[in-house]
Amino acid sequence: MKTKSLFIALWLLLIPFSNAFAQDVIDSGDTAWIIVATALVMVMTPAGLALFYGGMSRSKNLLNTLTMTISAYCIASVVWVLWGYTIAFGPDKGGLVGGLDHIFMIGIGIDSVSDTIPTFVFAMFQMTFACITVALVLGSVIDRMKFSSWIVFSVLWLTFIYAPIAHWVWGGGWIEEMGALDFAGGNVVHINAGVAGLVLCLVLGKRLGYGKEAMFPSSITLTALGAALLWFGWFGFNAGSQLAADGVAGSAFLVTNTSAAIGGLSWMFTEWIVTKKPTLLGLASGIVAGLVAITPAAGFVNMQAALIIGAVAGLFGYYSVAVLKHKLGYDDSLDAFGLHGICGIWGAMATGLFANPAITEGAAGLFYGNPGQVWIQFVSIIATAAFTAVGTLIVIYITKAITGGIRVDEEDEIQGLDSSIHGERAFELD
Amino acid sequence: MKKVEAIIKPFKLDDVKEALNEIGIQGMTITEVKGYGRQKGHKEIYRGAEYVVDFIPKIKIEVIIEDDWLDKVIDTICEAAKTGKLGDGKIFVINIEGAVRVRTGEKGKDAI
Repeated sequence: MKTKSLFIALWLLLIPFSNAFAQDVIDSGDTAWIIVATALVMVMTPAGLALFYGGMSRSKNLLNTLTMTISAYCIASVVWVLWGYTIAFGPDKGGLVGGLDHIFMIGIGIDSVSDTIPTFVFAMFQMTFACITVALVLGSVIDRMKFSSWIVFSVLWLTFIYAPIAHWVWGGGWIEEMGALDFAGGNVVHINAGVAGLVLCLVLGKRLGYGKEAMFPSSITLTALGAALLWFGWFGFNAGSQLAADGVAGSAFLVTNTSAAIGGLSWMFTEWIVTKKPTLLGLASGIVAGLVAITPAAGFVNMQAALIIGAVAGLFGYYSVAVLKHKLGYDDSLDAFGLHGICGIWGAMATGLFANPAITEGAAGLFYGNPGQVWIQFVSIIATAAFTAVGTLIVIYITKAITGGIRVDEEDEIQGLDSSIHGERAFELD
Repeated sequence: MKKVEAIIKPFKLDDVKEALNEIGIQGMTITEVKGYGRQKGHKEIYRGAEYVVDFIPKIKIEVIIEDDWLDKVIDTICEAAKTGKLGDGKIFVINIEGAVRVRTGEKGKDAI
C-alpha cells in the first residue's frame, strides 16, 4: 500500500514534465486519426441530426428544421474560430473561462501543438462539438421559433453558455480540476443542450394544436437514415475524444457501438410490450439514447458496463418521452430534453458508477472502490444544468429584445414555416 | 337511368373493373376518397403520442346504366369487391335525370 502511494506521488510529480515534453512532438498516427474523427463528427450535424430531426417534424416544417440545423453548423463554425475557441481553450482565468489570447485564432500557427496533435486539428475537433451541441437544442423548439431569433440565439448561446462549460470540463476549468469524468460530452454536450432545449420550449410555449390535433412525422425513413449517420459519426465523437490513436480509443469505439445497439433493442422491446408495436422511430430513438448515455463514459468503462448503460438508456429514454413528457405537459417537440437531457444525466451518473481504472488509469467509479466519484459526477451535473438553465433564460430574453419576440405569427405557424419563412417546400407530392 | 356508386377497397379496383367489363359495362369514373364506417380508423403511435387515423383511403366507382342492368351490376360489384372482412364498402343507387354525349350531342340512353 505504501509503495503504491509513493508510486502515485512520483507519477504526479512527473506529469508536468511529461506534458512539457509531449507538447513539442506531433504524432502522425494521432493526427491522422483526429482529422478523420473530426470529419466523422462533422457529418453528425448537417446530415445526421438534420435528417433525424427533419424526418420527425411535420412535412410543412421539414425544410425549416433542416435549415435551422445546417445554419447552426455554419454559425458555430464561424463563432468558434472568432472567439469561441479561445473562451473554451484559452489560458485559464480562475477556473471559469479561457482568456482571449487566441481570439480570431491569433497566436496559433502550423507549429502549434496540443499534446500530440496540431492545435489547428484540436480546435477543429472541438469545433464540431460546439456545432452539434447548439443544433441539438433545436429538437425542443421545432415548428414554432422565428428563424432570425434562432440565429441570434445560437451566436449568444455558443458564446456565453457553451464555450464556458466546455472550458469548465475540458479546458482546465473547475469541473475538470474537481475530477469529474466526462469523456466525450455528457455534461458539455447532452445535459447542456437538453436543459437549454427544455428552457427554450417552456418560454416559447406549446405548438398550436398540441395534444389536440395529430402531428405526423414527415418521414420516419429520413429519421432512420439520420440516426444511422449519427451512429456512424459518433465513432469519431467518442473514439476521437481520446485525442490519440491508442487502446483507449479502441475501447471507446467498441463500447459506443455496444451501447447504441442495446439501447435500440431496449427501447424497441419496451415499446413492443407496452404499446404492442415495435416502431422504427422507437428503434432509431433508442440507438441515439444509447449513444448519448455512453458518451461521458466511453473512455472509462468496459463492454459489460456498456451493455447496462445502453439498456437502461433505452428504458429511460422511452419513459421520459412517452410517459413523463405527457404527464408534465410541456411541448419538447422532438425530445431534445427527453433524449439528450435525461440520457445524458444517466450517462454522467453511470460513469461515476462503472468507471474502470483498467481502461483509463486513475478513473475509478463506485464499483471499483471510489464512491466519492458519484458525488463529483452529481455536482458536475447539477452545476451544468443550473448554469445552462439560468444562462439560457437570460440569452432568450436578450434574443427576444433583439428580434422582437422569438415565436412566429400564428398564421405562419398554421401555414407551415417552409413556405412562410423560406418560400420553399420539401416535396412535390401531386 | 341509374347511377351505381360503389365505395370499395382500393386494392379491389382492378377486380371490379374487369368484372364489369366482362358483363359489358363500357365506362366508369373513379375517385380516390377517404372515409370510415364500421371498419373505423387505425391508431398510429409516435414516441408514445397516439394519433387515431379516422379516414381510411377508399376508391369510389361511378357507373351510369339503364334501369334493367341494375341487379346485374350490383351483383357483379359485390362479388368482385368482397373480402368478407369489415371495410369492404357500400353501394348506393341514384336516379339519373339525363345524359348527353359531348362529342355527338346524343341524349339519354344513347349517351351512356
